[in-house]
Amino acid sequence: MAALYEGYTLCGLAPAQNQSNSGVLGVEAERDSDHVVVTDSTRSVTLYKVSDQKPLSSWTVKQGQTLTCSAVYNPQTKEYVAVSDGKVIRIWKQEHLLLDQAFKATVSADVWRVHCVAGGEPVVLFKRGAVRLLDALLSAPQQPIEEVLAQEESIRWSTNIVTESQQFAIFTTEQKGDHFLYLQRLNPNTLQRYRLEREEPGLSPLSFSASYRDKHIRLLYLYPNGHVYQSVVSERGLVTDEGGQAFPLPRSLLLSLPVGEGLLEAASAQALDEAHIAVVGVPHPSAGSGKDFLCIWNTNFQTLQAGKEIAGKIYGQLWSFWNKLFIPHGKTLSVIPYECPKSSLASALGKMRQVKTEGELEQICSTATTFDTAPVEEVQREVDLLLSRTDIQDLQPSLGQLASTLVSRTLQDPAFYTPSSLAQLVHTRCLCHSVCPDLVLLALERKDYFLCQLCLQFFPDIPEAITCACLKAFISLEPDGVSFMETLIARERGPDGLLNGFSPTSAAEYRSDGLGGGGTRAQQDEEMTSPPPEQICPVGLHKAVLLNEVLQTAYSDSFLLPHLKDLSSQQVVLFLQYLQFLYLKYSQDAFPQTHGLRSPSLSQILDWVCVLLDAHFTVLVMTPEAKGLLVNLHSFVKSQVRLVSELGKIEGSLQELNKMTAKKDVGQYSIEIIELF
Amino acid sequence: MGEFKVHRVRFFDYMPAAIRAMAFNRRTERLALARADGALEIFNFADNYFQEKVIPGQDGRAVEALCWVGRRLFSAGLNGEITEYDLENLRPRYTVEAYGGPIWTISGNDQGTLLAVGCEDGTVKMFEVLEDRIQFQRNLDRQKGRIISLCWHPSASLIAIQLGPELLAQSSSEVVVWSIAFLSDHTIISGDSAGKVQIWDGLTGTLARTHLVTKWDVLALSVSQDESSLVAGTSEGTVVQFQFLSSTLDGQNKDWVRTRTFKNHSHDVRALVHTETAVVSGGMDTQLVVRPLLDKVEKNTQESAMRKMAFPHRSLVCCAKKAGLLLFQFPDHLELWRLGESDGHGDLPVKRKPEKLIQLKRKGEDHICCSALSPCGGWLAYSTVTSFRLYRLQNNTISITKVSKLPKDLRSAHQLCFSTDSSRLFASSINSSVVVVALNQPECKYLHTLKPKSGSREPVHLLFASEDGKWLATANTACEVQVYNLDKIKLHCTVPVYGSCPTAIAIHPTSSNLVVVHADQQIFEYSLVQKEYTEWSRRLQKQGLHSLWLERDTPITHVTFNPKHPAHIILHDMFMFCVIDQSLPLPEAKTRLFNQMILRSLPEPMRILHRHAFKMCKTFQNLMCVRLLEDHSLVVVERPLLDIMSQLPAPVRQKRFAT
Repeated sequence: MAALYEGYTLCGLAPAQNQSNSGVLGVEAERDSDHVVVTDSTRSVTLYKVSDQKPLSSWTVKQGQTLTCSAVYNPQTKEYVAVSDGKVIRIWKQEHLLLDQAFKATVSADVWRVHCVAGGEPVVLFKRGAVRLLDALLSAPQQPIEEVLAQEESIRWSTNIVTESQQFAIFTTEQKGDHFLYLQRLNPNTLQRYRLEREEPGLSPLSFSASYRDKHIRLLYLYPNGHVYQSVVSERGLVTDEGGQAFPLPRSLLLSLPVGEGLLEAASAQALDEAHIAVVGVPHPSAGSGKDFLCIWNTNFQTLQAGKEIAGKIYGQLWSFWNKLFIPHGKTLSVIPYECPKSSLASALGKMRQVKTEGELEQICSTATTFDTAPVEEVQREVDLLLSRTDIQDLQPSLGQLASTLVSRTLQDPAFYTPSSLAQLVHTRCLCHSVCPDLVLLALERKDYFLCQLCLQFFPDIPEAITCACLKAFISLEPDGVSFMETLIARERGPDGLLNGFSPTSAAEYRSDGLGGGGTRAQQDEEMTSPPPEQICPVGLHKAVLLNEVLQTAYSDSFLLPHLKDLSSQQVVLFLQYLQFLYLKYSQDAFPQTHGLRSPSLSQILDWVCVLLDAHFTVLVMTPEAKGLLVNLHSFVKSQVRLVSELGKIEGSLQELNKMTAKKDVGQYSIEIIELF
Repeated sequence: MGEFKVHRVRFFDYMPAAIRAMAFNRRTERLALARADGALEIFNFADNYFQEKVIPGQDGRAVEALCWVGRRLFSAGLNGEITEYDLENLRPRYTVEAYGGPIWTISGNDQGTLLAVGCEDGTVKMFEVLEDRIQFQRNLDRQKGRIISLCWHPSASLIAIQLGPELLAQSSSEVVVWSIAFLSDHTIISGDSAGKVQIWDGLTGTLARTHLVTKWDVLALSVSQDESSLVAGTSEGTVVQFQFLSSTLDGQNKDWVRTRTFKNHSHDVRALVHTETAVVSGGMDTQLVVRPLLDKVEKNTQESAMRKMAFPHRSLVCCAKKAGLLLFQFPDHLELWRLGESDGHGDLPVKRKPEKLIQLKRKGEDHICCSALSPCGGWLAYSTVTSFRLYRLQNNTISITKVSKLPKDLRSAHQLCFSTDSSRLFASSINSSVVVVALNQPECKYLHTLKPKSGSREPVHLLFASEDGKWLATANTACEVQVYNLDKIKLHCTVPVYGSCPTAIAIHPTSSNLVVVHADQQIFEYSLVQKEYTEWSRRLQKQGLHSLWLERDTPITHVTFNPKHPAHIILHDMFMFCVIDQSLPLPEAKTRLFNQMILRSLPEPMRILHRHAFKMCKTFQNLMCVRLLEDHSLVVVERPLLDIMSQLPAPVRQKRFAT
């Protein structure tokens, strides 16, 4: 799990009057993990020792001059490089005290940035898109600089990446609302231009971040609507099209961050490693709409890993070097150390599965494509084939993928439904709700209660909302619905014997009560008037089976409670009656669980009674039909409480007895009788 | 099987003395232990930790240190004397004055040629060990303070003598080094009054490492023979183990690392021995604790069980079963008590309380080593290592008369025993012999001396005269059991020698079978008529004793019989008494040995199915004595350990909750 540690202030800032600008031009890495060079937007460059929060050296350009690009450090020559007033390149070493005495050279065009990373040479990017290596440029400072960018096209962001074989200058431009990515290879020089896909009209990327991994350059960019995209470009790249034609840049949505109210304004996303990104200026999902948060997200699992509130205005600037994040906010530049251990669900579960061989994966993929188009019978056949494999447990991730493919097709195509295939897939126990979140609701929608039952039984992670939706659907089942389900059950019963056990001793006895023991008023009234309700099951057998399944799902009170409130008072009364019936049954029978294979435990029943009463107490008190029920429950609970208190008294006396036997004092002398056998 | 009326006696105020010093002889596996009252005890670690010998103490002899030289045992004490002990006659052999004031420590070199003692005046005196004595050799240079502790280097004799003076640690005003150890690599380890165990480089004299182990004193140190482990005893009652371990996998850079802490004592640990497999500790709380190191012994075996030895392995109580009198033996006096009486049956209120009839103080400096009361209650005898006294008692009038004219053969005894009719007194004497005297009003007369044929010199520690007066059985610490025919006044037979020391012997009153129980918990029954083991004994050996019986860690200290039920043998150890019914089947390995509670809960006819020969009763604990009186009631003498603990001084540290 990634973590953000306690941050500390590196230095104070002097933000511009309008507060839109942090006053920091850039933060660049220096010789090691403990040194950074901070360039402010006016005149000075400062070298900081990070752990000491202390400046080591500072250089300032003369009054009237301004630094137009952040100073970088060239570790090979141990020199700093900065640009003042657009065209003057300044180079100096740490021992130089005054910038004016250091080397400077004036070039013929405005410089956008100087970039330098470890292992590469310093690269100068001109405002009009030309790129030069610093050494080559300085050999002839006044050399002509070509214009690469079109009219009205301007650079928005740039960086420099060094791979094993190549050095890249990467920059993005904007031209009339279109965004382009330029990939400039150096030595030999080639240039590629990509067009970024348009987001919603009027939205431009707020921040970019590029990283190099596995021979691919990955560009990460954040839009004001909270979407984080990733585009991957191969290091080798395509053959350059001389026409300067921009290739469309494919992208994938990595994350959809919550944006709260309105769009993001000053935000930045920075890739930390292959699975983690740091985002600043985005709301914390569980802390309202305030945007002053720094968060680390895991893009593989789309989970928030760590979050921290940042005081003061956030300028949408974020740098990360050596496991430290540098954020200007308010009037300070803070350093926040972080940690991103490699995480995977498998490792979290304690089992790293072996990577499937290519062939197996291909088979799964082909199955998945079949699912997209094939008719029901063929899908069924494919699933049978797949499930006949012996290594089915190893295919767990793929099965989830298949199931969600099936579900999404079913959702799109009302005529398509493969209940038995889905049931088979669920029955492998390889699925869970998070893998195909629409499955349970789909089953409910298609009135496939058997599938619902299976899901409730096998999914360990059904959210309380879904549980409640199932409960609601089950309680209000009409007789025809049940009979539909019954036919399904009859069909599916098969070798698995999946029909749940149900506590009543004889199923037939309760079936006579009417399958549709649903929420009809007449019947309820009848139930209310019949004096001992405890011996008659208020719902039919199959409905009871389904309800039992609901009773056995895992839930947490506080999440369940709000959803339970959606039940109508009739539904609540019926459900309570059923719970009361179960409870009385259990209190009377010594071992009711032995009758059925899967039946809720006594404590589960009691917990549901409690949570139900909690959710609907006022309603129940006001509902005249519920009065008898509540009175019954009350008297029953009262008698139980009395019983328990009596038991407590007995326990007390027995304990005393125990003490009495133990506390026999012998004294100095006694005459006793012992008996040996 | 039946009811017993039990006199439950808790008024024997037995109080063991604190343990002051210990020395372990690795060759013979004997532990010598000295108590604060000067008494010495020898435990045989090879024979179930049996306390085979006790040398009584003496007023003014405070043993401060013990040391084995070969099989010879030396002690030194604050009286300034070095004493060698006669382990065959259980008395000091000779005493040599060191002329250096109180002696705090004594240590022999590994070669057994020299003894070094550290004296109050700051001198270390070297004594040469000769065959029959020790002889002063020289003084080492006098140091400023008293010599509290000294230790020899284990290497060759020449070097050790030369190095002698360097090994001294001495008291200073602030910190007293209570104990030191000298390893073969010239590492010196010290334990001091500041609670520190310090490791020094003996060649350079530099401190290598300090371990603070307690807020109080580190009183004792002991190093294992292979020098890989070290234990330190503290005033808190803890024993801290250090091991010479490598912190890296390659086994380089070994260092002394604190590894374990044992808390088996409530008070100061004054004496420590690190044997091959265990830590043996003793101190103020009077208990000897053997704590096996679980990395050295097989787990879950008898060897891995911790042992606490709180009581002597011999009886300090004598019972006149006809008169209902109890004689309690203390080091400096004897107490004679009359048991109480109750009305008839039922819940038995005490009608007459027990009475202390006589308290007899011993004469002389030497502590009482054995005592006996005749069954009729008319005679009382006790012995120290130097004197023997016999008294005539008149119970009705409570009068005691010393028998003044004693035969000169009766000077001292290791063990005493009266015949059933109180007409004879048997006293075990030197060289395993037994002196027999006749008791007649008003004098006693020497009859003869019984001697074993084996010529053993080991002391007789058990005596038993048969009910009919025909037999006398003796057992000595060489594990020999002899039976004499008193009619013919000659040796009748020698029971085949078994490898473990007998802890209790008795002759059956009617069948004349001799029952012998050994330190390893084995029971043998030997027919004196046939001169062979009885059928029952063979059956018992063939089937083997129950594992729970063998795992008991206190020896059987007394065996007796029930005249009402000839098949019954009554015996007891510290934690239970047992009636063995020879007519019942022996318990098999899977049978529940302690089955009295189960039998109690079963209806009568069912009990027969579950019965076995060993009827064990654990109702009474910390037993000093279980005897059967003539009226078939039992006398049990308990001495609860809590009562002993409550008489100890307050420990330096007590665990209090919420502190």
